[in-house]
Amino acid sequence: MAKPDNLHFFIDPNRCIGCQACLQACTECDTHRGESMIHLEYIDRAESVQTVPVVCMHCEQPTCAEVCPADAIKRTGDGIVQSARKPRCIACGNCVVACPFGVPELYEDRKIMMKCDMCYDRTSLGKKPMCATVCPSQALFFGTREEIEQLRPMSVPVNQFQFGLQTITTQVYMMAPRALATRAAYVDVTAAMSEHASSRAVTLKVIPSSTGTAADIASDDPFAGVEV
Amino acid sequence: MAEQPGDSGSLNIYVRRRERESITTAPNRSPDDQQPAWREDFPIDWPQDQYVERRDFMKFLVLTSAALTVGQVWIIGQNWLRRRRGLPEVRRVASLSEIPTGASLVFQYPGELDNCVLIRLSERDLVAYSQKCTHLSCAVIPEPGQGVLRCPCHDGYFDLRSGDPKAGPPRRPLPRITLDVRGQDIYATGVEMRTT
Repeated sequence: MAKPDNLHFFIDPNRCIGCQACLQACTECDTHRGESMIHLEYIDRAESVQTVPVVCMHCEQPTCAEVCPADAIKRTGDGIVQSARKPRCIACGNCVVACPFGVPELYEDRKIMMKCDMCYDRTSLGKKPMCATVCPSQALFFGTREEIEQLRPMSVPVNQFQFGLQTITTQVYMMAPRALATRAAYVDVTAAMSEHASSRAVTLKVIPSSTGTAADIASDDPFAGVEV
Repeated sequence: MAEQPGDSGSLNIYVRRRERESITTAPNRSPDDQQPAWREDFPIDWPQDQYVERRDFMKFLVLTSAALTVGQVWIIGQNWLRRRRGLPEVRRVASLSEIPTGASLVFQYPGELDNCVLIRLSERDLVAYSQKCTHLSCAVIPEPGQGVLRCPCHDGYFDLRSGDPKAGPPRRPLPRITLDVRGQDIYATGVEMRTT
């Protein structure tokens, strides 16, 4: 059994409302009951309430597995980087330090590293991961590429991330605004760390349809182009 | 660096870059034939990690059976050598006047480093054992008042008359030193190794 090739995981940080439903759902999973493998991070807590859910991105070059001295982190044929293998893991914490996304967590009391495995017990049967089933705003979406294209026409999935000199291709997709994604096809994470928002104004836009031009709809919609 | 995701809807980022069984793409993204040799021994992918080559399996079988055979030969050789060595020499330990009833005496037999303990239980009753506890080789202490030999390391107890284990971790009796009293002198004549 393996994750079906046509189903993908999409994260849309724009839609995250910080409700922590994913954390609760993850905690209820029987393979790691009581511990949440998903992290909900504040982007800039002093300035904003914006949160982003962090699941394992399942890299094509998993740094966690590269640095593991005990050979405990393995990837299955469907590209899912599995949690540490219990007989091998020595709880050294190398993976915790190495992961560019900060996903693995060390459980010192149990002497094991545990991390998100995209709910392999569910996704290998074609079911959605726990977090994607409960997310009310569908910031965490699990489905086919056709579904995401239909649901999010303003965004495109990006699965390349730049960390300094390291480029990482992932199995999990991050939804980026279409205008930005066509300019650069990857997310430069290290550059974004020192970046500050130029203004706090948020512009609401409507989805252009094929019947009328964007300007027509904008004139009909009272909220189009309103700065909040 | 990265291919542009097409905006026509046919996004090629979904295309799998890697075969299911191919070796891991290294962080520097160089091709497989430029990777160091150790990468093949520590694959990141599960299918390769689980894969056992026929040659490796045969190696395991041959080497394991060879090790077992060598072990058997070694045991037989040890037995043969021990029989060839014969009995240890008879050596005078002490005179009867040196050791009153209920007292004990430490002596070395058969080697200079093999501590043994001689106990006089009664007027004509003498016993001697190797002092090495059969658990982890600590020195046992005779306690004639309780009729035991006690090992202080893990609280092991041996019977003073027979050397059999009575309590604690030891499971084998202490090696007995056979004694011979000739006139007023006590002689050690051999070591009786026992397993039960």
